[in-house]
Amino acid sequence: MTRLSKAFPSDRAALVAFVTGGDPSAADTGAILDALVEGGADIIELGMPFTDPMADGPAIQAANIRSLNAGTKTADLLNIATAFRQRHPTVPLVLMGYANPMTIRGADWFADACVDAGVDGVICVDIPVEEDDSLGDSLRAKDVAVIRLATPTTDAARLPDILKNASGFLYYVSVAGITGLQQAAQASIQEAVTRLKAGTDLPVAVGFGVRTPEQAADIAHVADGVVVGSAIVEIIAEHGAGAPPHVKAYVKSLSDAIRSAR
Amino acid sequence: MWTESLPFAKRFAHMIKQDKLSNSFRNQPDDRGHFGQFGGRYVAETLMPLILDLEKHYRAAQADPAFAEEFDDLLEHYVGRPSPLYFAERLTDHVRKEAPEGKGAQIWFKRDELNHTGAHKINNCIGQILLAKRMGKTRIIAETGAGQHGVATATVCARFGLPCVIYMGAKDIERQQPNVFRMKLLGAEIVPVTSGAGTLKDAMNDGMRDWVANVEDTFYIIGTAAGPHPYPEMVRDFQSVIGKEAREQMLSRIGRLPDMLVAAIGGGSNAIGLFHPFLDDPDVEMLGIEAAGHGLDKQHAASLAGGKPGILHGNKTYLLQDEDGQIDEAHSISAGLDYPGIGPEHSWLKESGRVRYDSVTDTEALEAFQLLCSTEGIIPALEPSHAIAAVAREAVKMNKDQIILANLCGRGDKDIFTVAEALGTEI
Ligand SMILES: Cc1ncc(COP(=O)(O)O)c(C=O)c1O
Repeated sequence: MTRLSKAFPSDRAALVAFVTGGDPSAADTGAILDALVEGGADIIELGMPFTDPMADGPAIQAANIRSLNAGTKTADLLNIATAFRQRHPTVPLVLMGYANPMTIRGADWFADACVDAGVDGVICVDIPVEEDDSLGDSLRAKDVAVIRLATPTTDAARLPDILKNASGFLYYVSVAGITGLQQAAQASIQEAVTRLKAGTDLPVAVGFGVRTPEQAADIAHVADGVVVGSAIVEIIAEHGAGAPPHVKAYVKSLSDAIRSAR
Repeated sequence: MWTESLPFAKRFAHMIKQDKLSNSFRNQPDDRGHFGQFGGRYVAETLMPLILDLEKHYRAAQADPAFAEEFDDLLEHYVGRPSPLYFAERLTDHVRKEAPEGKGAQIWFKRDELNHTGAHKINNCIGQILLAKRMGKTRIIAETGAGQHGVATATVCARFGLPCVIYMGAKDIERQQPNVFRMKLLGAEIVPVTSGAGTLKDAMNDGMRDWVANVEDTFYIIGTAAGPHPYPEMVRDFQSVIGKEAREQMLSRIGRLPDMLVAAIGGGSNAIGLFHPFLDDPDVEMLGIEAAGHGLDKQHAASLAGGKPGILHGNKTYLLQDEDGQIDEAHSISAGLDYPGIGPEHSWLKESGRVRYDSVTDTEALEAFQLLCSTEGIIPALEPSHAIAAVAREAVKMNKDQIILANLCGRGDKDIFTVAEALGTEI
C-alpha cells in the first residue's frame, strides 16, 4: 500500500490540509507543515507558488505573492518536501500548483524531482485530461500519483476520461469558481460524491470554501476526505512566522470535528 | 540560414515544398487545438466542458451560412469594412531619400484604424458576440490592455444589449484614460486589476477567475489570438478578414501580391489576421514585430526574442519567464503590446520559419509615430507605430519596385497623452 492509500482510514474521513510553500518564507514552511501534522492533518498539500495563480482567490493569490517576494525558488520547495519526508516518513505529501513551474524543466525532470523529494502525488490545476501527456505520463512512469480534479461542470460523459489513469484520490472541487470564496450546499456535495463514487474505487476528497469545523464535519459524513486551504493560509497571512501554534490549534479543531462526525 | 541576398521564394523553397506534402501552412491547429507543440487547452477542469461546448458551437456556426451572412453584414454596415488599402506616397518618398540608389520599396497600409472604434479589435468582437448570442449567454466579460479591445467589447455589448464587465490593469487604466471613459459611456463596468504589475496579463488572470465562477451564463470575449483552444483559431478566423481583403485589394489594384507583410504583435491577432490568408503564397515574406520596450537587454515585451516555451492562460507558447517558470513582467510604451506571451500560432510560425520576427523599441516606435503624422497626416496608435518603424527599416533594403504592406491596426487618439508625456510636452 502506498502512503496515500493508507491515509484514508475506513472509519472516518481524512483531513487534507493545504498551504502555499515558501509563505511567509521557505525557512518558515517546515514548522508550518509540522503544525498541520500535529494538529491532525492526514495528507499535506504543498502549494508550489506561481506568479499567475488563475484558479485561486484573494487569500491564496496573496500567499503566492508573499512566497515569491520572499525569494522562494522551485529548489527551495523541493528542499522543503525532502526535509518533511525525513521528519515524517509516513505522512503523504502532495504537490499542488500550475503547469508552467511543473513542466518548465521537462516533465521527466519534475517526476524525478518528486521521487527524490519523497512526494507522493501531484495536483496540477491547469492540465486537464486533454493535455495529460504533458505531465501525467512522466509522473505515472515514476509511480507518482496523478490526482485528478472533478468539478460541478464535469458531466457524466467526461467523468470516465478523468477517472482513467487517475490515482491517489479524486479531488472534488465542490464550487465552480476560485478558491476560498463560497461553499457549496451540502445536498449538492452529497449528490456529487455519490455520483463520483459510483465510478471509482479511489477515495473522494471534497474541497473549496471549507472554513469551519461544522462544515468539515458535514462533508466528513459523505466524503472520504475534506480539503481545507484558504482558511489555513489566512492564518499564516495574519501571524507570519509566528503562525505554527495558531495553525495547529485551527487544524486540530477541524480534525476533532471530522473524527467525531461518523 | 537566413541569407539576405537570396530572394525569399528561394530561401523557403525547400521548406514550402516539404510542407506541400502535409498540405499547407494554413491547416493549423490539429483537432486538439495544437499548433505543432504549441497551443492546446491548459485550463482548470471547471472550464474544460465549457471550452468543448464553445468549440462545438463554433463549428456549427462555421457551417451555418446565416452566421457568416450576419458577420459580413455587421462588418460592412456597422464596422465600415472593407477598410481601404492605401499607398503611402510621401512616406515612401521620405524613406527613399535615405535609401541607397535603386532601393526603397513602395509602402502600403491596410487601414484598419478607420474601423468603427478605431482598431482591428472590433472584427473579432463582432464574431464572438454573435457566437455568444447563439450559445444563449447573457453576460459578457473581457480583458483589455490598451483599452481598444475593451472599447470594442463594450461597443458590441451595447449594440446587442448585453451587460459587459471589463477587467483592466490599474496601470493601464491610468495610461489609457480616454478609452476608460469611452467604455463607461458605452455602459460597461470596469474592474481595476491591481494584482501583479496591473497590466494585461493580470487583467487576463482576473477575466479567467470571473469566467470560472460564472460558467453558466458568461461568455469571455478574449481579445487576441491566444488563450485555450478554440480561441486562437477563432480569433484568427474573425481577424482574417484583414488579410483576405488586403489580398483581393492588392490583386485588383495592382495585379500582384505584396513582397512583404508587416504587423505589430501583442498577442498577435492583427498580425495573424493579415498573415494567415497569405501563408501559402510562397513569394510573400512576413515580418511580425514585437515590442522591445526599453531594449531587449532591459525590460521589454518580446516573448519570441527573449522568452522560451511555457504554459500560461490556457496555451503553450513563448513566454517571458525565469528558469523556474515564473512569468516576468513585460514592458512596452504601448499598452496593447505590454504582454509577456504571444498567440501559439506565431510560436509555431516562428519555429517553422515561415514568418520572421523582429522587434522595435519604445523610442523607435515614438519616432515612427511622429513620422507617420508628418508625412501622411495619419496619427497611428502606438501599437502599429512599432510596425511602421520596422517598415521604414525594411523598405530601404528592398528594391523600388517591391511592395511592403503594413497593418495600420489602430489610430492614435487614445495615445496622445502617453506620447505627449514621452515627448515632454504638456497638454
Ligand atoms: C491598435 C492595437 N494594435 C495592436 C494591438 C495588439 O494586439 P494584437 O497583437 O492581438 O493585434 C492592440 C491591443 O490592444 C491594439 O489596440
